[in-house]
This record gives sequence, structure tokens and C-alpha cells, in this order.
Amino acid sequence: MKCSECDAQINVPDDAVSGEIVTCPDCGLNYEVVKNEDGVLLKPAESVSEDWGE
Amino acid sequence: MTITLTLLYDRIRWDEKELLDSARAKGLNVKEVDAKTTLLNLNKKADEDYGDVVLQRCISHTRGTYASACLESKGILVVNKASVSEICGNKLWCTLALIRAGVPTPRTIIAFTPESALKAAEEIGYPVVLKPLVGSWGRMVVALRDREEAEAIIELRSQMNGALNQIFYIQEKVERPPRDIRCVVVGDRVVAAVYRVAAPGEWRTNVARGGSTEPCPLTKEVEDIALKAAQAVGGGVLGVDMMESPCGLLVHEVNSTVEFRGAQSVSSTRIADEIVEYAVNLVRR
Repeated sequence: MKCSECDAQINVPDDAVSGEIVTCPDCGLNYEVVKNEDGVLLKPAESVSEDWGE
Repeated sequence: MTITLTLLYDRIRWDEKELLDSARAKGLNVKEVDAKTTLLNLNKKADEDYGDVVLQRCISHTRGTYASACLESKGILVVNKASVSEICGNKLWCTLALIRAGVPTPRTIIAFTPESALKAAEEIGYPVVLKPLVGSWGRMVVALRDREEAEAIIELRSQMNGALNQIFYIQEKVERPPRDIRCVVVGDRVVAAVYRVAAPGEWRTNVARGGSTEPCPLTKEVEDIALKAAQAVGGGVLGVDMMESPCGLLVHEVNSTVEFRGAQSVSSTRIADEIVEYAVNLVRR
């Protein structure tokens, strides 16, 4: 899969699950893995919000 | 009967993968539901099958709390309860709950204007800590060493948007070693206790701020206070944080969506197993 920002190759690990984050090795953009009947897709991840985390 | 456990998420981190692996290893039916794409129709009893119990693990505190409330309204068992998330996600509600339950906690004053906030800082005595009512990972938590710093920071805070930024939560800066104690409480047990050691040049101990984790002996005192703090906010699966002050242990925070990767790295107990087992036992009760 290619990064929409810089066109670099992004490898999604075999054990990745929907909702997991992968990062473009070149530009650092985060993507969320979506696995469905169409296969594996990448969509731009939500950016950190002030109420995130503990 | 095979129990169905639903993991409600908006981002799958190491912690959520651990929970999913643990639940599957125990032979449970496991469902993963993305809160970002879920519709919760409040007029229908059940528009989606959430199984027997939902582990609410949203990284967004607000999203998670609201989703929990909607699911509970449909009669679905949720860990943690929305009321617990609500208390833990707001430092004032949490402090009030701790004080009501007699849990030792740092001296705290609430002020509603910048001028009053300065008076509060003077009354506590510098250095003090100014914290946002809602926030996480140590963001916007700032130590104020003297009046000059306090005036500058409080002025900045007062000019920030958002009604909650106009409420000033000011706490004594507790004299302590450069670490705090994190207890992972599951139901009526402390399943892990660790020190969170502040990174060099950083006073905040959050792992998100570079803090490291070391094993901490679970003394009777630590255990008792952690369990009392967990009960004070309503119980469940919680991360109780306390400081070693010269006057004894002081609880400064209780987290309702506990991140346990750091604690797991120095703990022999598999924390995810404990959490899943707790959820399963709630169903069987």
C-alpha cells in the first residue's frame, strides 16, 4: 500500500487488526488499519485530541 | 454457555490487542466494535448485539464515557460504568470522590477567576501545581514555583477558550521522590503495582512523558489505599496513582481506561487475563 501523502510503500504486518495504527516510514503519517470483506485498507488516523489517554 | 465479550474501541493499542488475545485464549466469543463508526439508537433496545459484556476501551475519554452511558441505557453490562468514567475523567469530581471516601489526597483549592487562582496558590504556598480539569497524559499540568510564574501561566490559561479552562484546579506540589506508584486495580484486587519514574529533566511521571516503569512492592498500605480509592470512584478496572509524601501516601489520580503496557513489562501477572476474567465473572454473577 502507498502513502497518500508521499507515495512511500507502507507494509501492514500480517497480524495487524482493524483499529491498529501503522505509520508511513518516510513521512510519519499515521494510518488506521481497516480489515473488511474488501481486504485491508488504510485510512488516515484521527489526530490526538485533548481527552485522549489516561 | 459461551460468553460473548465485546471490545469497544476507537484505536487498537498494545493494551487492546492483549485484551483481545486473552479473551480468545479463554475461549470467549469476541466482538470488536469501532465506536467511531457505531450508531447508538437510544429508542431501540438493541440495534446491535453487544453480547454479554462490553469492555469499553476508547482512547477518547469523552467518546468512551458517552458510549458507555448509551449502552447501559439498553441494559448492557459495561466495564467500566459510565459513572466511573465520568468521575475519573474530571479531576475535580475525582478529588471530591476521594475526599468523601477519606482517601488521602493532596491539598487542592478550586478557584473561578484568575485573581482567585493567585490567592489559592498563595494560600497553599509555592510551589503549586495547576492542572486542567479534563486532560490526560500530563498535558497542561504545570508546576508554578513562584508568584511571577503563577501570574504568567494563569493569565495564559484565562485567555484559553472553553468554560472548563476558567476553573482553576490548584494543588500542592507534593514533596516526593521522582516517581509515583501506579496500582492496577481489578475489582477488589490490586493485580500490579509499579513505580513510574520521571524521565530526566521531567517532573511528571506519565509514561506518555517518557516515564519508565520499575517493580514496586505491594505493601499492605499501598494495597489498602489503592482499593479504597478504586471503591471511592465506583470500582471496576482502574489505575490508581499515588505519591510517597513525607506524610504518607497521597492518591492524586484514578484512571478509568487504564493503560497497562508499562506495568505489564515488570509484572509477572498477566494483567489482561485479570481484566477479562473480571468481566466474565460479572456476567456469571
